Amino acid sequence: MKLGKLTLGIAIGLLAALGPAWAQQSRLDVVKNRGRLVCGVNAVLPGFGFLDQKTGKYTGFDVEFCRAVAAALFGDPDKVDYVPLDARVRFQAVQNGEVDVAFRNTTVTANRDGALGVDFLPVTFYDGQGVMVKKGRANSLRELQDATFCTTQGTTNEKNITDYIRAQRWRNAKVLTFEDGAKVMNAFLQGRCDAFTADKSQLVGYRATAPRPEELVILKETISKEPLAGFVRENDSRWRDALSWIVYATIQAEEYGITQKNLDQFLKSEVPEIRRFLGLEGTLGQDLGLPRDFVVRVIRAVGNYGEIYDRFFGAKSPFYIPRTGTLNALQRFGGLMYSPPFR
Amino acid sequence: MRLLKALFGTPGNALVSLLLLAFLGWLGQALLLWGLRAEWRVVGENLPYFFVGQLPKEHLPRVGGFLLFLALALLGWLGSLRVVRVPRPRLLSLLGLLGSLFLLPWPPTLWGGLLLSFLLSGVAMLLAFPLGVALAFGRQARLPVLRLIAIAFIEGVRGVPLVSLLFLAFVTVPLFLPEGVRLPQVVRALVAFTLFAAAYLAENVRGGLQAVPKGQWEAAFSLGLTPFQAVRYVILPQALRAVVPALVGQYIALFKDTSLVALIGILDLMGVARAVLANPQNVGLEREVYLFLALVYLLVSGSFSYLGRLLERGLGLGVR
Repeated sequence: MKLGKLTLGIAIGLLAALGPAWAQQSRLDVVKNRGRLVCGVNAVLPGFGFLDQKTGKYTGFDVEFCRAVAAALFGDPDKVDYVPLDARVRFQAVQNGEVDVAFRNTTVTANRDGALGVDFLPVTFYDGQGVMVKKGRANSLRELQDATFCTTQGTTNEKNITDYIRAQRWRNAKVLTFEDGAKVMNAFLQGRCDAFTADKSQLVGYRATAPRPEELVILKETISKEPLAGFVRENDSRWRDALSWIVYATIQAEEYGITQKNLDQFLKSEVPEIRRFLGLEGTLGQDLGLPRDFVVRVIRAVGNYGEIYDRFFGAKSPFYIPRTGTLNALQRFGGLMYSPPFR
Repeated sequence: MRLLKALFGTPGNALVSLLLLAFLGWLGQALLLWGLRAEWRVVGENLPYFFVGQLPKEHLPRVGGFLLFLALALLGWLGSLRVVRVPRPRLLSLLGLLGSLFLLPWPPTLWGGLLLSFLLSGVAMLLAFPLGVALAFGRQARLPVLRLIAIAFIEGVRGVPLVSLLFLAFVTVPLFLPEGVRLPQVVRALVAFTLFAAAYLAENVRGGLQAVPKGQWEAAFSLGLTPFQAVRYVILPQALRAVVPALVGQYIALFKDTSLVALIGILDLMGVARAVLANPQNVGLEREVYLFLALVYLLVSGSFSYLGRLLERGLGLGVR
């Protein structure tokens, strides 16, 4: 009995002594040594993360960024262990090192950055709360001054729409809330409310579930900012730098017009900045703790940002979310997608 | 004939019966009409994922063999209890047990879908059994330290919801592991489920122990049995026999509780269903998928209940 307690005490002491030593190692080296990336995702969000029924693997917009990181580090986008994260445990999972990084439709906010012990990566998708109506009911938000808005209970969506109505001083507008999105959609289809408000990417999803999706319109206006980004544990610059530039690489590739298809032609390019970007010259990769040709690996595996976007939200997808003229377009086309220079 | 008389014997009964029949008929045709129009392809196309999750295809024969040997072991066991007639039941159950242990899909990270629900609850229950019995005896021990530990454990675990145990396993365990070392979530879930099951099992078994009259102990000792022998040959067989229905019920509850593991990032049957529904191709097919899920749960839980009843019959429960 006594001996047991003694050993336990020693074990705890050892753990405490070793703790700081572990903390000093960057996640980048841990992942490299392990040879696999542990990536937190959302496995149940249409378009962003779901089960591909052909391969039985996870796929989706967010999942592609996990694959990009694995490609950059190991040259193989499949060297990822996915951990589907519930919204309630996503920040803890990153803080305690359960996952190396989470790409999981998470809005960057000051509170999360400051109080939750995580650091955010560059934004990969600019979402925002929108409003869906039946065709002919309204063409813009201003026509909904006396409307009933339906939304989900306890979400930021509910708070946002209430704030919006108050700010606009619409006395006759009402807000009706339901337990979950499916119930809101039901009430909306039955005509209990004039408008359904939620994040636009979700509205697109719900519209696809309607018997006649073409009769529903998502208004152009956006009433809240929901920039979605991956996140890592706080205070690990090396890891965060590496990941940030992997995300930027997909955007920079689109700015240059480098795609999965024409990558080989670009590899013969004589333009210095492209040669630097692709790791044919200079030491950008090594300086970030990444392989020299990490950009090439990323593009080969998942393509540039536009290609990733089109695969899941493009015109051919059931979750078509138009990109032109939105914040998700390249900065050159009036959006916010912009990579700092690779030099 | 008696049924007809009971249903239509009096005008009042006849009226109620007719109304109910009309309602059932209406419900039936509505369901049938929907069933014909429903897109069952979502179930067909994803069938393997529902049953084994993301298990690679090359492991399927192994799972098949494992289930076969498990059935063999079960058959042998039931045979040795004389519920069914099989030749050489002991040999059969031994063979089945060894075979299924050998073919048990390993490592647990491969488990998914219904297989996960089944193995997680099954393995947890098996591991919880010795622990639970030990706790049940511990709770009645004469040594205060032992009794205190047992009571603290049982009440501590029973006092918190399973979800919080899972959460604890998910959030706190990594803090004690070196940076980068990971214990698979399934293993952690298994530990949480085992502890949870053990606490409840202990209380069930204690009920059985208390049902064994004190005279049985005295009789055993007067035969010159050691305390261990008394427990092994006299007390435990009677105690466990009395609590078989409770244990079967506990197992079924545990089986259904596995749907909670979705919280810590493992996809059981329920989790797979949600991931399948998130596929843009399957949007809006919740009804088909959830109805299928309900049927699977019903079938599996129903089979366990049936097995439990066979077992009770074999043990002569309520007869002897």
